Amino acid sequence: MKTDSLTIGDREFTSRLFLGTGKFGSNQLMHDAVVAANSELVTVALRRVHLQEQKDDVIAHLDIPNVKLLPNTSGVRTAKEAVLSAQLARESLQTNLLKLEIHPDPRYLLPDPIETLKATEILAKEDFIILPYINADPVLCKRLEDVGAAAVMPLGAPIGTNQGLQTKAMLEIIIEQSNVPVVVDAGIGAPSHAAEAMEMGADAVLVNTAIAIAGDPVAMSEAFKLATISGRMAFHARIGAKNKQAQASSPLTAFLTQA
Amino acid sequence: MSFLNQFQQHSWQGMTDRIYNKNETDVEMALAKQGIRDLDDFCALVSPAATPYLELMAQKSHDLTRKRFGNTTQLYIPLYLSNECHNICTYCGFSVDNKIKRLTLNHEQIMAEVEEIKSHGFEHLLLVTGEANRTVGVDYLSQVCDWLRPHFSSISLEVQALEQEDYEQLINHGLNSVMIYQETYHQTNYQQYHPKGKKRNFEYRLDTPDRLGKAGIHRIGLGALLGLEDWRVDSSFVALHLAYLQRQYWQTKYSISLPRLRPAEGFQSPNVDVSDRDFVQLITAYRIYNENVEISLSTRENQQFRDQLLKLGITTMSAGSKTDPGGYTMNDKTLEQFEIDDDRTPKEVAAMIKAQGFEPVWKDWDTIL
Repeated sequence: MKTDSLTIGDREFTSRLFLGTGKFGSNQLMHDAVVAANSELVTVALRRVHLQEQKDDVIAHLDIPNVKLLPNTSGVRTAKEAVLSAQLARESLQTNLLKLEIHPDPRYLLPDPIETLKATEILAKEDFIILPYINADPVLCKRLEDVGAAAVMPLGAPIGTNQGLQTKAMLEIIIEQSNVPVVVDAGIGAPSHAAEAMEMGADAVLVNTAIAIAGDPVAMSEAFKLATISGRMAFHARIGAKNKQAQASSPLTAFLTQA
Repeated sequence: MSFLNQFQQHSWQGMTDRIYNKNETDVEMALAKQGIRDLDDFCALVSPAATPYLELMAQKSHDLTRKRFGNTTQLYIPLYLSNECHNICTYCGFSVDNKIKRLTLNHEQIMAEVEEIKSHGFEHLLLVTGEANRTVGVDYLSQVCDWLRPHFSSISLEVQALEQEDYEQLINHGLNSVMIYQETYHQTNYQQYHPKGKKRNFEYRLDTPDRLGKAGIHRIGLGALLGLEDWRVDSSFVALHLAYLQRQYWQTKYSISLPRLRPAEGFQSPNVDVSDRDFVQLITAYRIYNENVEISLSTRENQQFRDQLLKLGITTMSAGSKTDPGGYTMNDKTLEQFEIDDDRTPKEVAAMIKAQGFEPVWKDWDTIL
């Protein structure tokens, strides 16, 4: 198969499976899962790391060849707070990649579209490579693209719910219309969901809970790796159309071919 | 409009009947329900009818907690700033009628405590005082927040009920979370447990979470003391309160504590016995009722029990706690609020958490937030 790399901003990725790093039973397990996934981009909550210190244990466990950090702003409630933590993240983690997460609702962690748009506009001018986490809203995705988002990350279902692609109809529109990569984030609860997103034409998927709380996170991570690859291959191979019934006869048009 | 309006539409007796009339079918329905569970589901889960389902509840609670919070447990530590208090609370060691030594920590004493606490790795701190407005009022607390802000990722407060503007002031000084327990929702008996002091005002205390919500606090901790009144009824009022607050102040995070009364100066035994079995039923009921609420466990509970509870719905734990001002550096037990029942070091507690397959999380917030 020819190389099928993914470009976000000025970064290139071979793997289309991005990982979240929360919820693991130990930092070692998190490390092993990232390795098993062959992932090249992992997101880290700023609130979980000691930004001022050199010896943060989470960051130390993510020091893996070819793996880039994608700091996220989880916990901020407004554009203003997001901009502040983005600047801090760039300074302390030495990367301009940013997963922009603004969820004022701590219960379902649903992203605020208005604040996200505002923050994207500001941060894009400061040369951040922004991947905003948003609801599966096609118009919002276009607006984010217009103000300089490097990719969009619409949710499949509320974060951490493992419910799969509940927003499928909207995701299809987003994928169809987008000029920037579409990363399906949140709600992916099983490798089959990841494959489904990739078959639909998503550029990548981001998975955390489904791997972190699996009985065997490392094996599950590998299963997601394979599902993502297979979904991507199926997308390229062009899946045949689904039909509700067999098309054996043509009762209304058969007369056209009759002598 | 505040919680009081809603509270007044319920009565203690009405809530009691609602719980004790539940049968096994109600419990099974509450357990099998897909989607949002309501107050009646909670009443079923804490009812005596649910007791045969305890193992099932525990498994469900475990699964829901893992899904939402992962295989992690957050750690925090309390810092007692003062045991001065003008209230009489019949169950509390700080009660004004107890003839104990009183102490309010000054800057030097606080920073000594901070150094000791930080050496164990803590980032989440809970400040505790009695109610003595002249010595430990809002200005003192603001000052303390200023001193502590550079050293901790998250500062919580467990002090007297305050006004909205007081909370706004403290938030500006770095406060991000407040614990305010109603103690009991039995309004008549509340007066007997709190015969003297500002805390006597049941309704003012009841509306404190509303004032906190309006002030824009990040997190509010709720709870009822276990051992004063029927825990099934009190916890159902906590559930009612929580649902109200989540609708009203949707940007705030909530946590629940389950303080089971411990022996303290001037207080020997609780009115109502809450068994370990009851305690487990309550934790699991809270979790099944609300998948997102944090559930916090203190060192009031003993070490063996705490180790078992870790898998049942708890998200947050204290470790190495002292309940007397200056306790980490001076340790004068005559000053303490209540006796703790798990005296392991933070390191030992963290090792226990790891041994159970969980990651101890010291930091899950940041002062920039």
